[in-house]
Amino acid sequence: MTTFDATKVVAAREIRVKLRDKTFIFSTIFFLLFAIAVTVLPVLFSGGPTSVAVADQATATVLQQQEDLEVRVVANDAAAEQLVRDGDVDAAVLAGPEVIAMDDRPGEVVTALSTAPPVRLLDPGAIDPFLAYIVPFALAFVFFFTSFLFGLQIAQSVTEEKQTRIVEILVASVPTRALLAGKVAALTLLAFVQVALIAIVTLIGARLAGIDPGVLDLLQPTIGWFVAFFLVGFVMLAALWAGVGALASRPEDLNGVSQPVQMAVMLPFFAVIFLGENEFAMRILSYIPFSAPVAMPTRIFNGDAAGWEPFLALLVMAVTAVALLAVGARVYEGSLLRTNGKTSWATAWRSRTTV
Amino acid sequence: MRRTYSPGILPSVIGMLNVDSVSRSFGDRAVLRNVTFGVGSGKLTGFVGANGAGKTTTMRIILGVLAADSGEVTLDGKPLTREIRQRFGYMPEERGLYPKMTVHDQVVYLGRLHGLSSSAAEERTKKLLDRLGLGERAGEKLEALSLGNQQRAQVAAALVHEPDMLVLDEPFSGLDPIAVETMVDVLRDRASAGVPVLFSSHQLELVERLCDDLVIIADGSIRAAGDRAALRAQHALPRYQLVVDTDAGWLRDQPGVTLLDLEGPRAVFDLDPGFDDQKVLHAALERGPVRSFGPVVPSLTEIFREVVR
Repeated sequence: MTTFDATKVVAAREIRVKLRDKTFIFSTIFFLLFAIAVTVLPVLFSGGPTSVAVADQATATVLQQQEDLEVRVVANDAAAEQLVRDGDVDAAVLAGPEVIAMDDRPGEVVTALSTAPPVRLLDPGAIDPFLAYIVPFALAFVFFFTSFLFGLQIAQSVTEEKQTRIVEILVASVPTRALLAGKVAALTLLAFVQVALIAIVTLIGARLAGIDPGVLDLLQPTIGWFVAFFLVGFVMLAALWAGVGALASRPEDLNGVSQPVQMAVMLPFFAVIFLGENEFAMRILSYIPFSAPVAMPTRIFNGDAAGWEPFLALLVMAVTAVALLAVGARVYEGSLLRTNGKTSWATAWRSRTTV
Repeated sequence: MRRTYSPGILPSVIGMLNVDSVSRSFGDRAVLRNVTFGVGSGKLTGFVGANGAGKTTTMRIILGVLAADSGEVTLDGKPLTREIRQRFGYMPEERGLYPKMTVHDQVVYLGRLHGLSSSAAEERTKKLLDRLGLGERAGEKLEALSLGNQQRAQVAAALVHEPDMLVLDEPFSGLDPIAVETMVDVLRDRASAGVPVLFSSHQLELVERLCDDLVIIADGSIRAAGDRAALRAQHALPRYQLVVDTDAGWLRDQPGVTLLDLEGPRAVFDLDPGFDDQKVLHAALERGPVRSFGPVVPSLTEIFREVVR
């Protein structure tokens, strides 16, 4: 049996176990609901087109040119007012012109009747401030939780094998590298599938909800790049998670020894949340491998990133990933069979006792 | 594509495992010093030593879980590779399987890791669990089983791939008497198929009853190794037991005899070098009928005590 065959057998077990695991099932469902909520709910709550009653034919013609208005032509102003009072229409335009409504100022009607001064946008990329806030937040949130949950599960799965001592049988049958690679591959696949599923649901939801096509054009590359960055970003930390899992010999130790890796996931999350408005900071964050998975897609969404930038950031991440995989693998191999108590990073780094 | 070391490629007799001048230190503490012994094909070899004598370290080195500082382990003269070791069966001293996985699933999984196809792993798991009396519990999670049954599952995990070499660290510890007998059957069965079997145990009576060969280790060096009967003969003292009809107290005055134990007509004595045991027998016959006379073979416990001293 080759190392590759062994890796496949190990990965298959990890996937089977996780698919039956409640944490995995619930986190997937939770994120999908989250994605649906973010895209569909705002549109649902905003309601349908505003209905307006009007007696004057000329005014009705003006109003009818507006897509989001539903115009009802009535005999006179009294009839129009009555319709508003009965709640049959949202607003009415009376002679004057005067706009009436019950309790909600009918902004669309007012806009339709006003003569707007010409507007010249100095920064045409700027988007709805709500979206500008929610999109980076959602990206950071999904990256943080998925990366953290699945990373921690790699560590837990390694610690479990150490604690139950089955690791000695495993190491006697397959190369240590196959064990590590199998775990990393399995959890990466599951995390990737979860994120890709969220991405697809978000895009479909956005389309169904009828989000502005301009925003959709920005959202698609943003989410596409995010999925790619997530994949490389997760693999980058996966071996480190396995390494810290091997440093602990009991689940109780795991929280302590995994602190550095937790920080590597947590700090970029807060950095992107708090520095999201600062374009210079975001430019730097989008090249730091740990924060790039959130910062670069955010810049793409804001239209701040040149076409070549995500490729460069991805390359930087890939190189870092190779280096960190090597570090993680060495720590893993150096500490896997040390079953008495916590192993320090330095001890694990120095001692690789397996043959 | 597959580089599986399948039994088909092997000669019918699997051969001899040799541990050759293996040394290992942890820090500045030497745990093994020039350890050398062999485990013959088809032989049950008992590995005996006090706690901390180096048994587990030796076994880990055979399995490749631990590296030797110097020396090597060979099978039929060839150094062990990952492929050869994959056909080994191992039961570590510290038992462990996945607590939340079913017995069936983990035995199949370990079979797969040892290179079995998934259908072969399924088939052998079923057969083995039935044989070990775990057939009905196969679908249960390991943690739901009694300790004795967990031990049986552990045995199944070591045997599922029908290994070419068995290394078992304290296989009998924690087993109930029925499970011990099942284990003995299984080991004999594997040995009669030509598989070298090495196992350690603290239960010397069990080792004595089971083993063809013995390896005794103390303080990291081998004190005695070889055929059990030969070892016993080699360590036999000039000690005899005599049973007569009347009191055997007269032996006290017999030249060269040191009386060790006397209970009326039964006596155990040592004979000094240069004295003939047949003369003692004649002397006994002159005094009356002799019911039994013969050398006393030392028990394993006695040999052990002597060689590790």
